[in-house]
Amino acid sequence: MPEPTDIAISTENLTRVFGSLVAVQSLNLKVPSGTIFGLLGPNGAGKSTTIKMLTTMLPPTSGNAVVAGRSILGDAVGVRRSMGYVSQMLSADGALTGWENLLLFARMYGVPRKERRMRIEDALRFMGLSEFGSHLVNSYSGGMIRRLEIAQSMLHRPSVMFLDEPTIGLDPVARHLVWEKLRELRASFGTTILLTTHDMEEAEELCDLIAIMNAGKIAVTGTPVELKQKAGTDSMDAVFIHFAGDMSDTTATYSDIAQTRRTASRMG
Amino acid sequence: MAIVSVELVKLRRDPTEILTRSIQPALWLLVFGQVFGHLHAVPTGNIDYFTFLAPGILAQSVLFIAIFFGIGVIWERDLGILQKLLASPSPRGALVLGKALSAGIRALAQGVIIYLLSFSMHIPLNWHLPALAGVVLSIILGAALFSTFSLMIACIVKTRERFMGIGQVLTMPLFFASNAIYPISIMPDWLKVVAHINPLSYQVDILRALMIVGGTSTFGIGTDLLVQFTALLILILITAKLYPSIVR
Repeated sequence: MPEPTDIAISTENLTRVFGSLVAVQSLNLKVPSGTIFGLLGPNGAGKSTTIKMLTTMLPPTSGNAVVAGRSILGDAVGVRRSMGYVSQMLSADGALTGWENLLLFARMYGVPRKERRMRIEDALRFMGLSEFGSHLVNSYSGGMIRRLEIAQSMLHRPSVMFLDEPTIGLDPVARHLVWEKLRELRASFGTTILLTTHDMEEAEELCDLIAIMNAGKIAVTGTPVELKQKAGTDSMDAVFIHFAGDMSDTTATYSDIAQTRRTASRMG
Repeated sequence: MAIVSVELVKLRRDPTEILTRSIQPALWLLVFGQVFGHLHAVPTGNIDYFTFLAPGILAQSVLFIAIFFGIGVIWERDLGILQKLLASPSPRGALVLGKALSAGIRALAQGVIIYLLSFSMHIPLNWHLPALAGVVLSIILGAALFSTFSLMIACIVKTRERFMGIGQVLTMPLFFASNAIYPISIMPDWLKVVAHINPLSYQVDILRALMIVGGTSTFGIGTDLLVQFTALLILILITAKLYPSIVR
């Protein structure tokens, strides 16, 4: 069993190199338990690569990270058991019902057979989807799909959740509903949430702590109020521009942009 | 098994793919089988060419269904589904095996259609329970084998465009360099060597022994199973290692 800790996620010189490109460089990050932590930065800053390493999908070139008390290098399966993950893309299976999507993940995460029905019903209720559980997901709105995906990732009661741009492409009503559900998730289960976003309003409204990444490094970390003070501005957009500079026009790859637009388009 | 049950649900909800895929084997049996049957050009022992061909066409259908499974995984990667599966604690080998058995389920549905076609064409089918069980096992095994091979290719090439090109290049040589539509004995020597290392030959061989009345095995059923199981095991081990690389 891992040692109890107040730090849910910590990284130590976490680095990932692709050929000659240093995507993430000596990242040192500490995310306190029970916080909603926003990882911001322009496309190509290294946010998604960081999440891939923290979720054990991508091995680091060097360095290490501890998620929920488990090392991504020494106990990758333990990390995966302790976390939930919502990808940037709309990844629920449209050919299945909401219930079937949840059942698949209840089985994948080894939720005991006797508890599956109760956990699925709880998750649907928690996300306001109870009456849509038997509907095919291809009839859901973008916001409903996103809530279903969050429901999928919470079925096994993870202590840490990673969300990659969870509200990209959603209309304001759906976006606010997702924020509300994430706050409830944290309040009800004490879940630590690490999310990436480009939306500065989302970062300010939702996140207790924010780190802005730029060119694979952390440029600054702090609360939204602290970041505004450091940048000498009242606007979070100005905070982003101050710390990310004008890199957003130069670092994003074609596939970054294509993926972002594809997701936004599917969210409708 | 979670992945397999999802495949069953999808298949039950939308069997269109299975029905459209049955057109090609029907054409092979009706057109190719009829023409070559009249020619009497292929030595088929004590059975007619139609009867000889039916197990080959069943194996071909299994191959064609399974060999394009990799492209589905590339789609799943692009939709973010694969990332979620890889972020789950399920062992990578189990994810690959789940996909392989899903291919087996789809191939079995195709097998039922080919049995119905063969029955309607008066091909003498072996309805004995042990033989049927052997056919079911061999369809699942063959589909698992070729779909895992397909997943391995997908992990290497990573894009749909490259995969489609390679899939086309692989499928027909695998088919023609096997005993599906003619016996190995009439092949030139170099092709005989290729046919002997082609797992499809072993699948056709076991199907020919079990599916039709009067069918025999050239290699022996034990050898057929051993070769396919060994190839499947090796491919699962390799693909499980490569699987996470598809999302990088």
